[in-house]
Amino acid sequence: MTVPGIDSAVTEAVSLPGERPVTPEVVREHNLNELEYGRIVELLGRTPTLTELGVFSALWSEHCSYKHSKLVLKTFPTSGPQVVQGPGENAGVLRLPDGWAVAFKIESHNHPSAVEPYQGAATGVGGILRDVFTMGARPVALLNSLRFGPLEHPRNRYLFAGVVRGIGDYGNCVGVPTLGGEVNFAQGYTGNPLVNAMCVGLLRESDLIRAAAQGVGNVLLCVGARTGRDGIHGASFASEELSEKSESRRPQVQVGDPFTEKLLLEASLELITGRLIVAIQDMGAAGLTSSSAEMAARGGVGVELDTGLVPTREEGMTPYEILLSESQERMLVVAEPSRVREVQAVCAKWELDATPIGHVTDDGIFRVRHHGQTVVAIPGQRLVEDCPLYQPEARESDEARQRRATVDPQEPVVDLEGALEMLLGHPDIASKRWVYEQYDSTVQAATVIPPGSDAGVIRVAGTDFGLAMAIDCNARLVALDSYEGAKAAVAEAARNVAATGAKPLGITNCLNFGNPERPEVFFQFREACRGIADACRAFGTPVTGGNVSFYNESPNGAIDPTPTIGMVGLLSRIEDRVVSYFDAPQDEVFILGQTSGILGGSAYWAEVCDFVGGDQPAVDLDAELRLQRFLVAAAEQKLLRSAHDCSEGGLAVALAEAVIGGPYVPGSLGASLDLTGYAPDVPMDGLLYGEDGARVVVSCSQAAARPLIALADRHGVPVFRAGLVESAGTLELQVGPHLFSWSTDALRRIYFDAIPRRMQHPDVDRAAGE
Amino acid sequence: MPRVAVVRFPGSNCDFDTLRAAERYGGEAYFVWHRDVDLRGADIVILPGGFSYGDYLRSGAIARFSPVMQAVRRHAADGGPVLGICNGFQILCEAHLLPGALLRNAGLTFVSKPVDVTVEQIDTAFTCDYEPGARLRLPVAHGEGRFVASEDTLRLLEAEGRVVLRYVAATERSPFQPNPNGSANHIAGICNAAGNIVGIMPHPERAADRILGLTGGAGFFTSPISCHEDSSQPKVSGQ
Repeated sequence: MTVPGIDSAVTEAVSLPGERPVTPEVVREHNLNELEYGRIVELLGRTPTLTELGVFSALWSEHCSYKHSKLVLKTFPTSGPQVVQGPGENAGVLRLPDGWAVAFKIESHNHPSAVEPYQGAATGVGGILRDVFTMGARPVALLNSLRFGPLEHPRNRYLFAGVVRGIGDYGNCVGVPTLGGEVNFAQGYTGNPLVNAMCVGLLRESDLIRAAAQGVGNVLLCVGARTGRDGIHGASFASEELSEKSESRRPQVQVGDPFTEKLLLEASLELITGRLIVAIQDMGAAGLTSSSAEMAARGGVGVELDTGLVPTREEGMTPYEILLSESQERMLVVAEPSRVREVQAVCAKWELDATPIGHVTDDGIFRVRHHGQTVVAIPGQRLVEDCPLYQPEARESDEARQRRATVDPQEPVVDLEGALEMLLGHPDIASKRWVYEQYDSTVQAATVIPPGSDAGVIRVAGTDFGLAMAIDCNARLVALDSYEGAKAAVAEAARNVAATGAKPLGITNCLNFGNPERPEVFFQFREACRGIADACRAFGTPVTGGNVSFYNESPNGAIDPTPTIGMVGLLSRIEDRVVSYFDAPQDEVFILGQTSGILGGSAYWAEVCDFVGGDQPAVDLDAELRLQRFLVAAAEQKLLRSAHDCSEGGLAVALAEAVIGGPYVPGSLGASLDLTGYAPDVPMDGLLYGEDGARVVVSCSQAAARPLIALADRHGVPVFRAGLVESAGTLELQVGPHLFSWSTDALRRIYFDAIPRRMQHPDVDRAAGE
Repeated sequence: MPRVAVVRFPGSNCDFDTLRAAERYGGEAYFVWHRDVDLRGADIVILPGGFSYGDYLRSGAIARFSPVMQAVRRHAADGGPVLGICNGFQILCEAHLLPGALLRNAGLTFVSKPVDVTVEQIDTAFTCDYEPGARLRLPVAHGEGRFVASEDTLRLLEAEGRVVLRYVAATERSPFQPNPNGSANHIAGICNAAGNIVGIMPHPERAADRILGLTGGAGFFTSPISCHEDSSQPKVSGQ
């Protein structure tokens, strides 16, 4: 293969009649700066055509090029014996036992969801599903991480309801269970909600397929839906701040069709497992342009397409529009010429079109013709890889430093009992039943631990093992100290996975930040990435990919930095899974791990004392790892009846949640606990509500208590025997002379009603049942 | 071994789950594609859940015209057992193999959760392995599961004992349990007069395996086999 010099490209591409000339104004409209435009002219050796400018603007958008993040992302640990496929493909892949592998990835759909919540969220799910099944994996689980402004505002309720409905309708129709997620509400997300969707898929490792075009003469086929004018420049839209004008971007939000997606899923897997194709990629952000150019660059080849051959929904679409459309449910497939008819036959069975639109070439050029005329001719490798990379200035804001230095809220809170009720009734902490009951969580008949627990767990059909998965980020902590906060996010995800008995295997991340060109934002980004890298290195859980979403700013300012961590873990024997609620009266309750009582960044300070600040507890990665290993070993030895992560809201909230139990048990248990000796030097509020990591609350049978203590000792995990689970419906905490007591039925009502009450959800159940 | 045909429409998504459950409980299960005109010697036919044709127009409204439905109709007319689960139930109603219709849930949202139901009629092809009145916990997952029918039809269904499953009423201590969709008379499943055609909204195929925590659905897969072969089989008493 030869990579030709610039000259061959120079004269090739021509503008179409009536096309706008490329002026500085047009360049600006395409979100390209002077440096970038200069490089385009340099690498072409001429002025680009308007179509070429559109292609560059898409591929060199932040969304596709990672131009502000790439240099930082390189610092992530990405290797390990379990890694089959690291970052750079549609999804990361980790090895499982018996020839199985797990493909998983997370992606944001923030900006589209801000202007059109239903379709924005739905198409986010569609995109992440395609990223996973184009690896040859059958999607087996979805998770999501959502952020909105406070529910007191009608607009936020509208966004919340629309996003949840959009996610549900899409995933439910395709038939992939939603296994978990997180939802938080804070002022910073008003006007710029976050919608991060994660998909987990299973494949035989031998079926893995990569998105690298190969084989000169091989045919490119467009499979699935027709191309329309929707979503043109979606990638660029995702790469700018939201403003008053964003509402007018509504037409750029694509419209999803989960029915076609389901057909595409089945057809793609049949093509891949039948070895009928060479490569496959979703036409996601920047549509046909990015899928074809990226596949060519990965394979080190050129491609030639004819946009005149692409099936369109509308008459008279220009090559510019066809190349940049983000119409959903489309795939680009590379197949050997002799296989094209078989590919078309499989697609026809699934009622899909598969249309040849071009072929692989040996000259390394990304060439597009429109009815024979060449309208794009760009050196392919350089198009994908030569976008200028930036490492902007990073400086912590004075305000952030001051916030951290402030150590105390003004008013001490007297009513520590009432504080628990306030926290359990806060939508951040309260049950997300209102959300997850709108998602099908049991389709595929593999759900072993449904949503509402620390992590979702599925069994892998035909094997003894299962997969645990969790998605986590406490953005309040990341806002205060991005390094420690990001470490805490990874630690919490790992703890949630380990609480079920699963060994954490690896992560995907979705890095949601403001405008990286502002030094305080880039500081947050850099520090958060450093924290993720350190935590992942310590845990042996490599980063297998993910997504960066910058420019999450609205007229209200930037969002809290939100590096969402999606973690998967292996449960070697599915039989050993551990649930997160107390199981039976007279079981022993233990607290594993210690507390410093530090309240900086805590939900208690934020929600009860109305104060966000202070220094948060430092994350002890060694202690976290010891705890993870203990939890896995304890599950294997069947010592645990339950294990529940202690995080937002601290120990009191963790104990309350374990006592309250799941939404479908007939009633809550109780517990009678004595915490007097747990942390004698720590003030009462810190003891109850401090958010030190490396802690879980577990319960076990009385017979298991001694072996459990011995096992904790062996793993170097501090263990405190707190008391017993009771059948009576009260949660009693004795701390020295103080006795705190709550009715668990009352806590249960607060916990489960908090969100429905705010959403004024008509409680059909009760009305119909009477 | 009885042959169980699981009919796949474009958009079916409980097809594999149903196939595996049928296999686990002794059926020789296989897929039949919606374009097929032959059920290939099926003893039992199951229409699985999902979103056939994307639920466009109305749940099940397009699927009823699929070529395979002619064969299903013939099989049913000959007294062959036919079970419709969720979207399959919707298709059976649209095809007028069962009366009534399934409309948008009263709460207007999709509902996914375990519900408690009682087996009200064991004299059907799919419930003969249950004890009368057995209480089962089964998952529901649907946006359009509110059973409605005319007053006369409802009276007839009740009078003829054709309500197969009924949602259990709420109790003070378990407020999230009952009727998830506002169904008339808390109906979760019905049958035709002969009892060989059954439609239910809950998903027994997701509650037929111990590791999933629920096993009460198994009877829907064992009944058509054991009732057919040997009516002295022990009864499943729920959980």
